Amino acid sequence: MTTPTVTTAGPARRGGRLLWTPARVRSVQAETARATRLVLEVPGWAGHVPGQHLDVRLTAPDGYRAKRSYSVASGPEQPHVELIVERLPDGEVSPYLTQQLRVGDELEVRGPVGGWFVWHASLGGPLQLIAGGSGVVPFLSMLQHREAAGSDVPARLLYSARALPDVIGADRVAATDAGVTLVLTRQAPATWQGPTGRVDARLLHEHVVPPDARPQVFVCGPTGFVEAVADALLELGHPPERVKTERFGTGGGAT
Amino acid sequence: MTTSDMTADGTADEGPESRRLDGNAAAGPLRELFSVDIIAAACTCAHCGGTTALAEHVLYADAPALVLRCPSCTGVVLRYASAGGQARLDLTGARLLVLDLAHDGRPG
Amino acid sequence: MSLISRGFAGRARTTSSDRLPPGQYDAGGSFPVLTAGPTPRVDIGTWDFTVQGQVDEVARWSWQQFRALPREDVTTDIHCVTSWSKLDTRWQGVSLDTILGHVETAAEYVTVFSDGGYTTNLPLEDLTGGRAWVVDTYDEEPLAAEHGGPARLLVPHLYFWKSAKWVRGLALTSTDEPGFWETFGYHSYGDPWRSQRYAGD
Ligand SMILES: Cc1cc2nc3c(=O)[nH]c(=O)nc-3n(C[C@H](O)[C@H](O)[C@H](O)COP(=O)(O)OP(=O)(O)OC[C@H]3O[C@@H](n4cnc5c(N)ncnc54)[C@H](O)[C@@H]3O)c2cc1C
Ligand SMILES: [Zn+2]
Repeated sequence: MTTPTVTTAGPARRGGRLLWTPARVRSVQAETARATRLVLEVPGWAGHVPGQHLDVRLTAPDGYRAKRSYSVASGPEQPHVELIVERLPDGEVSPYLTQQLRVGDELEVRGPVGGWFVWHASLGGPLQLIAGGSGVVPFLSMLQHREAAGSDVPARLLYSARALPDVIGADRVAATDAGVTLVLTRQAPATWQGPTGRVDARLLHEHVVPPDARPQVFVCGPTGFVEAVADALLELGHPPERVKTERFGTGGGAT
Repeated sequence: MTTSDMTADGTADEGPESRRLDGNAAAGPLRELFSVDIIAAACTCAHCGGTTALAEHVLYADAPALVLRCPSCTGVVLRYASAGGQARLDLTGARLLVLDLAHDGRPG
Repeated sequence: MSLISRGFAGRARTTSSDRLPPGQYDAGGSFPVLTAGPTPRVDIGTWDFTVQGQVDEVARWSWQQFRALPREDVTTDIHCVTSWSKLDTRWQGVSLDTILGHVETAAEYVTVFSDGGYTTNLPLEDLTGGRAWVVDTYDEEPLAAEHGGPARLLVPHLYFWKSAKWVRGLALTSTDEPGFWETFGYHSYGDPWRSQRYAGD
């Protein structure tokens, strides 16, 4: 495993403030029917902690601008910054990133940012990750890092997706030695043995590390999903200071 | 789960509530101004006296400015906007910010 | 540093119309929702509209009383400070001339207040002369909560933040007291045709 080159004083950092930096698109790959994986080369990238995100800024020829946040999907040990963007049909930015962007294009980014919704092997565990839809993206970074660091922190992932073909990061999810529970909300194959339907208190009770084991819980996905899950976790006795949330808004895809 | 399913369960609706975010999402814009990540700071609310990390506040990002509200009392704690080469920041709702200088969200 | 994103146009928008103030684009069929806080749950049973402050007597209308006031249809263009405009929006409600008709006051300014704590200020004069309404109907439907229902102010000749959602009343004052956005540096008057976005514009 190669260690990343960590630059603390690149073009993105001047006087400690964080400026917009042009990143180059190295590759664009379909991740699922709805989601696209973008590999970026960001000059001066300061290195990230799993769970951090960056902001993307698009500028139209008439000066009109749109900004959105995307979690970093790659681990800090990986050579490039990867994003996974799910397309919202009526969205402004995600259709551009998933359908228009080409290898070699430049994209303005600002990051990594967000020192709260982060996990690093030194922070220990047990680790409980709960994702709805593209809310799994920051967890792919955490799982990659946990492996690369040879961490033996017990980890579980509860991941709610519409159907099997919508599973983002399927390779990582299949390969990890963390315990994975996949919940399918819309469509499941006839042979499906796992849980289906909405992630509610009963399902959380059955599949999440119990409060007595004092897990660090991370919940990420569309706002409605995150709020429902966080409320149910508190009901189950998880203390609020051990439950961290990242709401994606209506973006990030329905679960 | 679709947002309309959730309406039936009373857990969310398709209204503006479904677009609110965590304070953590304001980390980028605030780094235009601050050289450290103030989003991890513990903030004492000037309205109710409760203390919570700014990252755990509720962020409304569809307004003329970013509006960060207290998770306990919903009072406005921070407002931030930048346009036309100017940044404006209102912290009247934040009585106290306590920042950990040892690490800037970067363990190790 | 201005990097143009190849092929990015952004949401469809028109910028060329003499009905658009400088810097505005036409949002077309969409009606963006600007939200600075939770949507208040308003109970019609306890809702009232009051005119208070520098008045001899506080004027108050219950929901039924408000609904019984003479109503007007209004078709107008609206202009949001975040730079979208929407043309020919159709509303129905009560003219502020009707509401202020019985009020005796020497006040020159108004602080509009709303459920959820929102406030905005403007000269009293701008609420009169057939230029402002309390509306409860949009496009022939009851005004949706996300757009300010059950009732919002409509002052279309000023930036739309002056048209307070979930409006509950007016406090008449002798001095201009900055409201929610005005304390954040937004213009105390907010004329879109003079691009009065920020104080000093
Ligand atoms: C910290 C963070 C990390 C994120 N990480 C990821 C990630 O890894 N992957 C990912 O796919 N997404 C992620 N998201 C979500 C992402 O930022 C975008 O929200 C998403 O891509 C949708 O953007 P869009 O421009 O395509 O849609 P938008 O144009 O923002 O529209 C989203 C929806 O809201 C509606 N809408 C928007 N604004 C209004 C308004 N004012 N009034 C009424 N309706 C409105 C639109 O019609 C549409 O249905 C993250 C969000 C955050 C905050
Ligand atoms: Zn408070």
